[in-house]
Amino acid sequence: MKLLTCPVNGTRPLSEFVFGGEMRNMPDPAQASDSAWAAYVYNRTGAPGLKKEWWFHSPSGTWFVAERNTLTDQVARTYLYGQEDKA
Amino acid sequence: MPLRLLKYALSRKHPAPRFFRDCTEPKKSYDAVIIGGGGHGLAAAYYLAKDHGITNVAVLEKGYIGGGNTGRNTTIVRSNYLTPEGVNFYDASVKIYEGLSEELDINLFYSTRGHFTLAHTESALRTMRWRAEVNKHVGVDSYVVGPDEISKACPQLDISCSGKAPIVGALYHGPGSIARHDAVAWGYARGADSMGVEIFQNTEVTGLDIQSGKIKGVHTSRGYIATNKVLSAVAGFTPRITNMAGVDTPIVIHPLQACVSEPMKPWLDTILVSGSLHVYVSQSSRGELVMGSSLDPYEVHSTRSSLDFVEGLTSHMLDMFPFLSNVKIVRQWAGMADMTPDFSPIMGTTPVEGFYLDAGWGTWGFKATPISGKTMAATMANDQAPELIKPFRLSRFEDYDLTGEKGAASVGH
Repeated sequence: MKLLTCPVNGTRPLSEFVFGGEMRNMPDPAQASDSAWAAYVYNRTGAPGLKKEWWFHSPSGTWFVAERNTLTDQVARTYLYGQEDKA
Repeated sequence: MPLRLLKYALSRKHPAPRFFRDCTEPKKSYDAVIIGGGGHGLAAAYYLAKDHGITNVAVLEKGYIGGGNTGRNTTIVRSNYLTPEGVNFYDASVKIYEGLSEELDINLFYSTRGHFTLAHTESALRTMRWRAEVNKHVGVDSYVVGPDEISKACPQLDISCSGKAPIVGALYHGPGSIARHDAVAWGYARGADSMGVEIFQNTEVTGLDIQSGKIKGVHTSRGYIATNKVLSAVAGFTPRITNMAGVDTPIVIHPLQACVSEPMKPWLDTILVSGSLHVYVSQSSRGELVMGSSLDPYEVHSTRSSLDFVEGLTSHMLDMFPFLSNVKIVRQWAGMADMTPDFSPIMGTTPVEGFYLDAGWGTWGFKATPISGKTMAATMANDQAPELIKPFRLSRFEDYDLTGEKGAASVGH
C-alpha cells in the first residue's frame, strides 16, 4: 500500500487522499492580458520533475502542499499552505 | 504462402524476415524528421511519402517501434463520439482502418464486433441518446438499445450487475472494432520504408535547434540532423519535447493501466464499455479478455502497474460476469496518457515555424492512427492544417474554443 504523510494526521494510506493538481500562482485578473489569463487557465507544467502540488486528506478535510517528483513518484515533503518554512 | 514457408524451411539459412531496414547512421539533413516511431509517427511518414511524395524523411524512435502507447492500448476502434467535430474525425479513421489490411498487405486482425456503451442510470442514458443523435446526424451507425437487446448480444452479461448497478440501456455502435495494434505499426513502418523513409530505433532526441522562431534541426543520440520540418508524435513524452521547443500546452501525464486474462474459448463477441463501473472489455483473437479502466488518479511519468488497479477492475468485472471468478489475470501494464482539458487531441501547427504537434492523445489515440497520420502529413506538406483537424488546433485554448469530448471518453475519467 502506498502511503502519504498528512501534515495534520500523519502517515495515512494513499486511498484517503485526493490529488488537487499543480500549485500555481494566479495572475492579477485586472492586469493580465487575455492570452496570459488563458495560459493561466489552461496551460500546465507537463514535463516531469519536482513539483509543488495540492493534496486533500479526505476524511479530515485537510488541504495541504506536497513536493513530489512526478518522474519517480517520491514525495520530498508535505506541509500546510503558508507553513513551508516550518516543514 | 505455404510454398514460401517450405522454401524457407528447406534453405540452409534462416534469416529473420525484416519489415524495414535497420538504419543506424542518419544523413546530415532530411526534408522532414518525425519524432516518435509509434503508429501515429509511422503513419505520418507513410502518408508523407504516399500522398505528398516527400520520401527524404527520418523517423526517430527512442525505444523500438510500436513499443509505447501503440502497443499498450486496448485496441478498440470506434467513432461514436459526442461532438460533430470528433465524430467526423474518428469516422474518417474507421473508414481507413476498414481497408488498411489490404492497403498495407498485412493482417491487422481487424474485427468488427459491435460496441455497447452501457448505461446504468437515466442520466447516462440521456448522454447515450445525445451521442446517438449526433452520430446519426453525421451519418455514423449508432442507436440506443434496451436491456433485452444487450442480453441477446451478450447472454453471459448479468444485466443487474449483481444487483449493484442494473443496466437500463446502452448506446450501440455497429462499426466498433478491435485490431492487432503491433501490426498497425509494423505495416506502416514497412510501407514507409519501402518508399524510402528511414526509421531509426534506439535514437533519442536530446534537443531542438530553433533559430528566430523557426526549426532548423534536431539534436539526437546519433548526432545532429538538419531539417525544416519536425513532427512530434510522442504521446506521453510530449511535454518533454514541447519543453525543448518552448511551446506551452495544457497536457498533463497520467498513467492508464490495462490487463489481460488467461485465454479462453471465444464467448464474448461484442465490445462492452461501462462508464459507471470503469470497465471496458473485449476478447482478443487469441482468446484473452483485454480489459482497461479509468486513468490513475494523479500525475506520474511512469509505466509502473499497481495492484489497486487490478483489484478495482476485477471486482467490477465480477459484477458484470460473476462466472469469471476462477479466471486468472496473466499480464498487466500501463501507458503514459497525455491528457487534455477537453478530451480532444492537439494537432497541427505551433508558434514555432516548422514544428508540428500530434499530441494530447490521452486514452483515444489508437483508433485515430490512420487519420492522424494522413492529416498530419498534409499539415507538414502544406504548412497548414486540413479542415478536418482545425477544431483540434493548439490555439483553441487561447481562444476559449474547446472541443469538449468528455461525455464520450470511454470510461468516466
